[in-house]
Amino acid sequence: MTLDDQVRGRKLKLHDMCLRDGMHSMRHQITLDQMVDIASGLDDAGVPLIQVTHGDGLGGSSLNYGRGLHTDREYISAVAEVVKNATISVLHVPGIGTLDELRVAADCGARCVHVASHCTEANVTEQHIGLGRELGLDTVGFLMMAHMTSTDHLVEQALLMEGYGATTIYCVDSAGYMLPDDVTARIGGLRTALEDATEIGFHAHHNLGMGVANSLAAVAAGADRIDGSAAGLGAGAGNTPLELMAAVSERMGIETGVDLFKLMDVAEDRVLPIMPQPPRADRDSITLGFAGVYSTFLYQAKEAERKYGLSARDILIELARKKMIGGQEDMIEDTALSMAKERDLV
Amino acid sequence: MDKIKCAIIGPGNIGTDLLYKLLRSEVLEPVWMVGIEPGSEGLDRAKELGLKTTAEGVDGLVPHVIEDGVQIAFDATSAYVHADNSRKLNELGVLMIDLTPAAIGPLCVPPINLKDLAGRKTMNVNMVTCAGQATIPMVAAVSGVQEVDYAEIIATVASKSIGMGTRKNIDEFTRTTSAAVAEVGGAAKGKAIVIVNPAEPPLMMRDTVYCETVDEPDQEAITASVHEMIAAVQQYVPGYQLKNGPTFEGRKVSIFLEVEGLGDFLPKYAGNLDIMTAAAVRTAEMFAQDILDGQLELEPVKENA
Repeated sequence: MTLDDQVRGRKLKLHDMCLRDGMHSMRHQITLDQMVDIASGLDDAGVPLIQVTHGDGLGGSSLNYGRGLHTDREYISAVAEVVKNATISVLHVPGIGTLDELRVAADCGARCVHVASHCTEANVTEQHIGLGRELGLDTVGFLMMAHMTSTDHLVEQALLMEGYGATTIYCVDSAGYMLPDDVTARIGGLRTALEDATEIGFHAHHNLGMGVANSLAAVAAGADRIDGSAAGLGAGAGNTPLELMAAVSERMGIETGVDLFKLMDVAEDRVLPIMPQPPRADRDSITLGFAGVYSTFLYQAKEAERKYGLSARDILIELARKKMIGGQEDMIEDTALSMAKERDLV
Repeated sequence: MDKIKCAIIGPGNIGTDLLYKLLRSEVLEPVWMVGIEPGSEGLDRAKELGLKTTAEGVDGLVPHVIEDGVQIAFDATSAYVHADNSRKLNELGVLMIDLTPAAIGPLCVPPINLKDLAGRKTMNVNMVTCAGQATIPMVAAVSGVQEVDYAEIIATVASKSIGMGTRKNIDEFTRTTSAAVAEVGGAAKGKAIVIVNPAEPPLMMRDTVYCETVDEPDQEAITASVHEMIAAVQQYVPGYQLKNGPTFEGRKVSIFLEVEGLGDFLPKYAGNLDIMTAAAVRTAEMFAQDILDGQLELEPVKENA
């Protein structure tokens, strides 16, 4: 069976990440005006889901991850005021964000929550998924760094989240490490094991240029939702460029309900101009995907390169060797300091 | 020498590690282990080590408290059941050392405020969280030199060292730690971030402490204060180490720590368990010493008192 046979006629929900994952590349400094401008454009283009949060989720504003220009409350409220059809979603990571912060987000107009954990630690999400359901939100279990565990183990973790009440489960390639076969195996495994009513999602990073290809493999294996970012604005070399995914979907007969040309215009006219530089798989981003490192480590690794005269690539490889996972940004500076000491640079 | 008799509630990782430490204590003697699952590994182990056990929760212990002379109890269960446990035992004059994030009693981080608790006649002391025990001494080391506007801590623990209690109560864990970073650490505002890392072989507990001082940080004084505090914690947690820092960038002070456990029950990577149980034992020992010296008499807490 060809790929086309597997996907033609399928319905797909596209979920834009540029106002959350893109916050990383913007060092969490997107202005309210920019957010409102981009969100209303995406809404007008028919994108059904738009994520708006600090890059590290609710409560992510910190010295460790970078302070947001505005609070999540301000961002979500501003976007909620202009968006007509799209659902506003938020990222929520137990251990970073608290339940009170999720209540505030729901009050401000968020109607969907991605409750995220490392791919093997789903049992820290019970309280947060529970509250998501209690608040009536579209509640998603978001298993990050999914390349770091086997399909069987990922499925076990997904079943836990489904048991806590999540109605959608994501396989998240936070490092942009996966190749299409990895995606096929994981999404296929989830589809087989989870309830028919449970939706499946896939979130890619474009560090090895595989965002669109991997997302297609995910759709073929049964994914109902694909995350991407207008103009690719996201951590590392960015997320799957949403307008590219929409164009390919249209060619292959996947129904997204999105107005392709309008989405292309949002990417070109509203998102591209705010970026200091367009996302590109430079040597450090390729290293993320090649070695399997959390994509947001890129920025602080580059800072450490400037500060200590080490190569960002060396630092990222060392972080991969030490099996650091999402959220451990503090270990970038620590690792760089230790490497600089060993090399007599400090 | 006489010892003060203790009960441990919760025969899981923390309770068992605690038991090993209490068996070495010169002033405390563990006599009861309280669980809720008959035949559980933790209860069986306690029995083998000579303790009386019950699988009927605190209600199974209550009838024996007076007869067996239990004066101090450690609660290593969960925030949800702690208030009930504490009330039932306080009524019998038992002092509660709370290792859950319930935080109904005053917060205790030994090198910072243990001495202040001595005269307060409190019947419930909360040990904050493992992340709090590991990081708050550093916040206090900085705030002891000059005013701290904001302190933020990142605690990374090995997946194998974190039990279901903490996982199910991760919100209380995060909030209790944040509050204590400010309250006990002496910062105007506090934030805590907790990461569970599943790497194999398991990683040692790592903790990072960021402080923002109100004025330009006095680098020399802060560095000296941090080293002094490291030594104070090492008195009861020998594996508490400064890995990097303090480094200074504008008003930001960064301190990178590693906590290696003693390996009493769980392996050495579980420094988070070790620092929690070691701090609890140190706290209980101070009260026990005061009881033995006749300086402290525990009194039953009357309901609605």
